[in-house]
Amino acid sequence: MLNNLRPVFIIASREIRDQLRDWRIIFPVVGLTLFFPFLMNFTAQQMLGFVQKYGATIVGERLVPFLLMIVGFFPISVSLVIALESFVGEKERGSIEPLLNTPLQDWQLYLGKLLSSTVPPLTSSFLGMAVYLGGLRIQNIPWPETPMMILIVLLTIVQAIVMVSGAVVVSCQATSVRAANLLASFIVIPVALLIQGESILMFWGTYSTLWWAVFGLMVMAALLVRVGLAHFQREELLGREIDVLNARWIWRVFKKSFWGDVRSLADWYRFEISKTIRSMRISILITFVLALVGILLGADLIHQFFIPLDQESLAELDERIGLLVKAWPVFAVKPVMSIWWQNVRVLILAMVLGTFSFSILGVLPLMASMGAVGYLMALLTVNGIPAVTTLAFILPHAVIEVPAAILATAAILRAGVIMGTPTPDRTVGEVWIESIAIWTKIMAGVVIPMLLLAAAIEAWITPRLALLLVK
Amino acid sequence: MTSRTGRSRDSGFYQMICAENLTKKFDDFLAVDGVNLQVFPGQVLVLLGPNGAGKTTTVRMLTSVLKPTRGRALVAGYDVEREAEQVRFNIGVLTEHHGLYARMNAQEYLEFFGKLYRLELKQIRRRAEELLHRFGLFEDRFRRLGEFSKGMRQKLALVRALLHDPPVLLLDEPTSAMDPESARAVRDAIASLRSGDRTIMLCTHNLSEAEELADQVAIIRRGRIILSDTLENIKQNVLGPAEFQATFSKSLDGWSADLPEGVVLTERGANWLRFRVQDPPGTNPELLRMLSARMEMVTFQELPRSLEKAYLEVMRRAVIEEGNLAQ
Repeated sequence: MLNNLRPVFIIASREIRDQLRDWRIIFPVVGLTLFFPFLMNFTAQQMLGFVQKYGATIVGERLVPFLLMIVGFFPISVSLVIALESFVGEKERGSIEPLLNTPLQDWQLYLGKLLSSTVPPLTSSFLGMAVYLGGLRIQNIPWPETPMMILIVLLTIVQAIVMVSGAVVVSCQATSVRAANLLASFIVIPVALLIQGESILMFWGTYSTLWWAVFGLMVMAALLVRVGLAHFQREELLGREIDVLNARWIWRVFKKSFWGDVRSLADWYRFEISKTIRSMRISILITFVLALVGILLGADLIHQFFIPLDQESLAELDERIGLLVKAWPVFAVKPVMSIWWQNVRVLILAMVLGTFSFSILGVLPLMASMGAVGYLMALLTVNGIPAVTTLAFILPHAVIEVPAAILATAAILRAGVIMGTPTPDRTVGEVWIESIAIWTKIMAGVVIPMLLLAAAIEAWITPRLALLLVK
Repeated sequence: MTSRTGRSRDSGFYQMICAENLTKKFDDFLAVDGVNLQVFPGQVLVLLGPNGAGKTTTVRMLTSVLKPTRGRALVAGYDVEREAEQVRFNIGVLTEHHGLYARMNAQEYLEFFGKLYRLELKQIRRRAEELLHRFGLFEDRFRRLGEFSKGMRQKLALVRALLHDPPVLLLDEPTSAMDPESARAVRDAIASLRSGDRTIMLCTHNLSEAEELADQVAIIRRGRIILSDTLENIKQNVLGPAEFQATFSKSLDGWSADLPEGVVLTERGANWLRFRVQDPPGTNPELLRMLSARMEMVTFQELPRSLEKAYLEVMRRAVIEEGNLAQ
């Protein structure tokens, strides 16, 4: 194993040596390591003095670890620049081909680049943090507690790995440094939002949530490295020269995955849809388990957020359901369409979230909906509504709606799995289009019709059945 | 196709480069179309062709950087698709863009690549010293590569390709950026590398270089090998029988004669004549006797048949053929 890692270190050490000879990298790194922490020390001292005048010591307490996080984050922003040009920069300078001709394995080259883009900025981060902490000691400002410092160090490491691994994926797929810089917004914007979120949590003092952020970022980093390795192709680095949007090619790839080789709609359902659903078996099973977990977590929330329903409200339940029955007359299309569109857009949102998070965030809307259902059921049961009645409020349409949502979410989950699977014969763009086509196929062929039926039941049958049972 | 573990390898006659129906398609563009190549140990194959003909794509497939769409190839007995790592251990490649690291010096650069080829540091240093001396770069070994001239960079890239002493060398335009002196040094080096079991495949536009170095020439156009043979056979087959020129001391006004069978008068000047001779060893003595009997002859020599002439002729025929096919 160590022998296999040797080329990784050879690549990384050459690159690091190269970076240390480039004044364009050295200047900002030295500045951010040595001067910026002093500025933060000064800011901390001034702020602490100011807020203490007004007795708002808590602001000062929260500011010290926050500035430590900022001091650690700034140098790792340099890693983005280094990582973005790691492959495509070498391609532009023509130095990548001699490297590709050596007996290096793809993963060795990839990890070497990843390591070389991560280590110098991270070292600089740690140095900066050390300088900042040293400044605090000199100024007699107490250091943040040890668990907090460990948390900040871990956050800095995982943020650096996420940024670098994302940037290396971009660098492998881009055709020029310019294109890579343009694509960097896909990393910069989420990371900026992340930093803002972390800052809020830090001032709020909900540090336990920050541990979840560390965990989430670790998963994200692992997935990004996995996706990068899965789709790293020597051929792609040299074969692709132009990045003109080829709509015809995109449509061809999409159509082939969406329609397959069938000739009629009946065949499409018989062969394509059934084949796709079969291929999603494991994803469906996982999504089903996640939905159950969502219900259980929602039901468990009743202990934290119990709302006692007074007997009067319960007595008025039939009256309120009666109003609903009047508002949604049988065969009225508008309520059906409203319910249907609400469900469809939640699933579209899930797809959008899944696209930017390798499907992780894509399962959240389903889990949240199931959590709400679990909580509602538990609340009604605890307040004395019989379980059969509670189920009658949900079950008639949920029998169709929930499987539809599970199918759509499973398609999102599968897209993430496909992205993380090595596909030597296809590009990352091709795989991405295919996974969107598969999701669209499941949505158009199965989920949307099922949701329409479920919405009709929810609007026309469920309220009437509930009214019958409540009475 | 020769098997790596087969009898032919043991007998020493296996092909160092063997491509069979090698094809590469980028989306709808057919870059290389069914290329067949066979190069034996100690041979130099020159791949000639215009820009965009598919030379570099062919080389990249043979170096396992690009995956063939169809067909297969063995380099040094290893399959370029299935045994890519072994292929790369056994080849030295000089790419079209030498792509050196500007902030490194020559010594560091060679040590870096040597380590990637899993050579010991001592071995790298010894080999680097030998090759840097050979290419006249030894004195500059601690200079930053960014300060190197184009020719020096090209030479260093060649040193890099030779560092691990590979049995197969794939050289893409090895002298393209060099001054005549450096180009001569590189050509001499290539000629000396040919000895032994080393196989060289050379892509070039420089026809005189090709003529000087080639044992075998393959002409590629639009992804297809349109002609592949030894240099002599190509000249013979494309340009026809050898041409000879006889120069006389006096003007040839009114000269005419019955020429021996197999000899055709192709051109004439004030005091010279050119003949195409089907069978020079059999016919030339008679022709010489006849010509010197009539007039005082100053010289009689074979006209050089350049590869350039043959290449241009092959290309001309290919264009005509394509035109006919299009009609």
